[in-house]
Amino acid sequence: MSRLADRIRQGGIFVWFSGALLAFCLAMIVSLVGFIVAKGMGYFWPSPLVQVQTADGPLLGEVTAHEPARGEETEKIQFRVGNRDIYGQDFRWVPAAGLGPQERPKDAVLVERLEYGPFIGRIASLSHEGQEVATGPAALEEALKRLPEASRLRRHIQSIEKGQVGDLNRRIEQLRLSRKRLEAKADAAGLAALDAKAADLQAAYDQLQGSLEQIRTEAKAWTLNLQTADGQAKECPLGAVVRMVPANAMGPLDKLGVYLSRLWEFAADDPRESNTEGGIFPAIFGTVMMVLVMSVLVVPLGVVTALYLREYAKQGWLVRAVRVAVNNLAGVPSIVFGVFGLGFFVYGLGGSIDRLFFADSLPTPTFGTGGILWASLTLALLTVPVVVVATEEALGAVPRSQREASLAMGATKWQTLWNVVLPSATPGILTGLILAIARGAGEVAPLMLTGVVKLAPAMPLDGTFPFFHLDRKFMHLGFHIYDVGFQSPNSEAAKPMVFMASFLLLLVVVVLNLFALNLRRKLRERLGGSTF
Amino acid sequence: MEIDDPRPVAEPAPFHAPPPSSAPGLRPAAFAQQDLPLTDPSVLSAPTMLRVERLNLFYGQKQALTDIDLQVARNSVMAFIGPSGCGKSTLLRCLNRMNDLIDNVRIEGRVLLGDTDIYAPETDVIALRKRAGMVFQKSNPFPKSIYENVAYGLRIQGQSDRAVLDEAVERSLQGAGLWEEVKDRLKDSAQGLSGGQQQRLCIARALAVRPEVILMDEPCSALDPIATARVEELILELKREFTIVIVTHNMQQAARVSDHTAFFWMGKLIESGLTEKMFTNPGQRMTEDYITGRFG
Repeated sequence: MSRLADRIRQGGIFVWFSGALLAFCLAMIVSLVGFIVAKGMGYFWPSPLVQVQTADGPLLGEVTAHEPARGEETEKIQFRVGNRDIYGQDFRWVPAAGLGPQERPKDAVLVERLEYGPFIGRIASLSHEGQEVATGPAALEEALKRLPEASRLRRHIQSIEKGQVGDLNRRIEQLRLSRKRLEAKADAAGLAALDAKAADLQAAYDQLQGSLEQIRTEAKAWTLNLQTADGQAKECPLGAVVRMVPANAMGPLDKLGVYLSRLWEFAADDPRESNTEGGIFPAIFGTVMMVLVMSVLVVPLGVVTALYLREYAKQGWLVRAVRVAVNNLAGVPSIVFGVFGLGFFVYGLGGSIDRLFFADSLPTPTFGTGGILWASLTLALLTVPVVVVATEEALGAVPRSQREASLAMGATKWQTLWNVVLPSATPGILTGLILAIARGAGEVAPLMLTGVVKLAPAMPLDGTFPFFHLDRKFMHLGFHIYDVGFQSPNSEAAKPMVFMASFLLLLVVVVLNLFALNLRRKLRERLGGSTF
Repeated sequence: MEIDDPRPVAEPAPFHAPPPSSAPGLRPAAFAQQDLPLTDPSVLSAPTMLRVERLNLFYGQKQALTDIDLQVARNSVMAFIGPSGCGKSTLLRCLNRMNDLIDNVRIEGRVLLGDTDIYAPETDVIALRKRAGMVFQKSNPFPKSIYENVAYGLRIQGQSDRAVLDEAVERSLQGAGLWEEVKDRLKDSAQGLSGGQQQRLCIARALAVRPEVILMDEPCSALDPIATARVEELILELKREFTIVIVTHNMQQAARVSDHTAFFWMGKLIESGLTEKMFTNPGQRMTEDYITGRFG
């Protein structure tokens, strides 16, 4: 017998082959995650600010890309020059030839602002109510000292705007609705009482606006006088500054501090500048909420379906057809589910709910527009086949001897299912849930039709009654990636955000899955056996 | 998946003796009817707990039990013996209607538990199974704690009074000779027990609802000799309170624990009577051949 035939017979070749394929898959996964992490995580590290001389004058910025000469094209370097309000764009390509020496001036500063992106240049002076307090390097030092207080004031203003003003607005809106009701009933006394209340609210509102105005003026007192590399001046109130980074004058430890603070801002803050800056916390929160609501909906739906199909339905062609149909649901493009969710849940169900229970606030829709409930329901429908299949498998894997033991004790079929079969099948059901989460957390298309928005004014879970606002629109990491990367006017600046958001989306899916895996492990330990 | 399929998987091994159709005096059905109650006066004198009358059972077209007539006396142990596929497990499962769970089963004849005809249309299967507990070939505790396994029968009857449950669990575990071994770990998973302990737990579980009859389907076939001896001792003790029907492949076990023995072959009851008589002086050649190990 030849050696090759012998090897084939022993299967060694196939072991090698499957091993190689496994290694290939692993390499793909590692490079996917590695690429995303490398592209995203580096973005927050303060890069040096480089100054060069071009034909149009001096240019100061971070070097972001480099294009070697190719044919006719000469070598080019991309600078992030910032100052969108002055130059009109953040990035600039310049030919590498004739740039002169690359300097790293110590006094160059990158100022992250609330508006118009970062300013890159120098701090000329710091003034308080028009009076210059410090100039040159001393101004930077003084400004750095004053910054925490200015930021605190800014957050204070934001919290008043969000909290108290929002609260008052809600109450005024409620008053408007009650007025509508009373007008319909022509209740004069009630209307008079309402007017008094409305006057009170208006007074409170005016007072709040007054004190807000005061704080705003206070916040504007300190002003930075900035100067670009080519000599243009710019004023910026200290209250509108997020961070000042004199990257060339910093040691590695200071840079690490900036890095961590930027990372924290990214994970925990609201977005700014049409999502290209600031954080993406609302998107993380919305994703997690949506997946949780979806899980709560999909498990009962899938388990009950599987229970009936497996245990009660008479096995025949009809059940087989239903099973095939359920499995095929998993193959329907997700956008189709989105269309269904929009037509059935949002307009159909939501519209009916509005007409029945929220008729007062019409024509403004409450449930008759996209919201987290409808998005979760749509995704639950999308992922229900996974749960059905897993549950059916798990039910089938419960030993018949245990069912018989229960029935022989005089238990009814339902008691047997509930007390013996379902507990044993729970780990298998959780396997289905894990797969459903993995599928559901990454879906974007159906969400765009059923409730995801670019920027949600309020979270679906907050401190105002009834705490869970299932009617609210929400933000989602998947949609955020699409929006920031491809719908933003400043997509070059948003590129790192895309990678970071992708990384966070992966992280969210992994964490949610780990959570479910842990739950399954604990259940298995309690059950003692290895049923599934 | 564990399937205790009671259906015969293969035709039983042929006799060394000539086939029954040509054997003189071997017309099993007729023989069983006239012979069983008459030859053994003690069966007649003890009050009858279970009575099987002209029972026929079909799986689809295939007849699995033919004209079975049998009586089990109160507080006695009845052993069913016979080669694999002879229908003894099927008959056992007729006694608490576990065969209802299998599609395509047709049953003719009567089975009386006390005065109740268990196949009468008005009989409540659930209530019946509470009167006839069952212990299976392979121990099958639920994936719950030891306590919850034993309390299961009472819980599904709606009993939730802690004191009643505690009392029943202790009484049943003591009845099954398991109390001393597990009393300190009632909250532990039942699947951590050894095989013999698990089987005794299953017996305790059956005892908890205080049945009248306990049906045991080869309860020791998966146990080692020591665990088997413990279960056998237990059967002799339980006899004082319960009526026991046990299916076994082990001749010595049948001889040790049973008062009466019934020998089945190919779905027919060949002979039944006092165990002593069956094992020392059987009425049928076939019985003797089987018991002495010449076939089967």
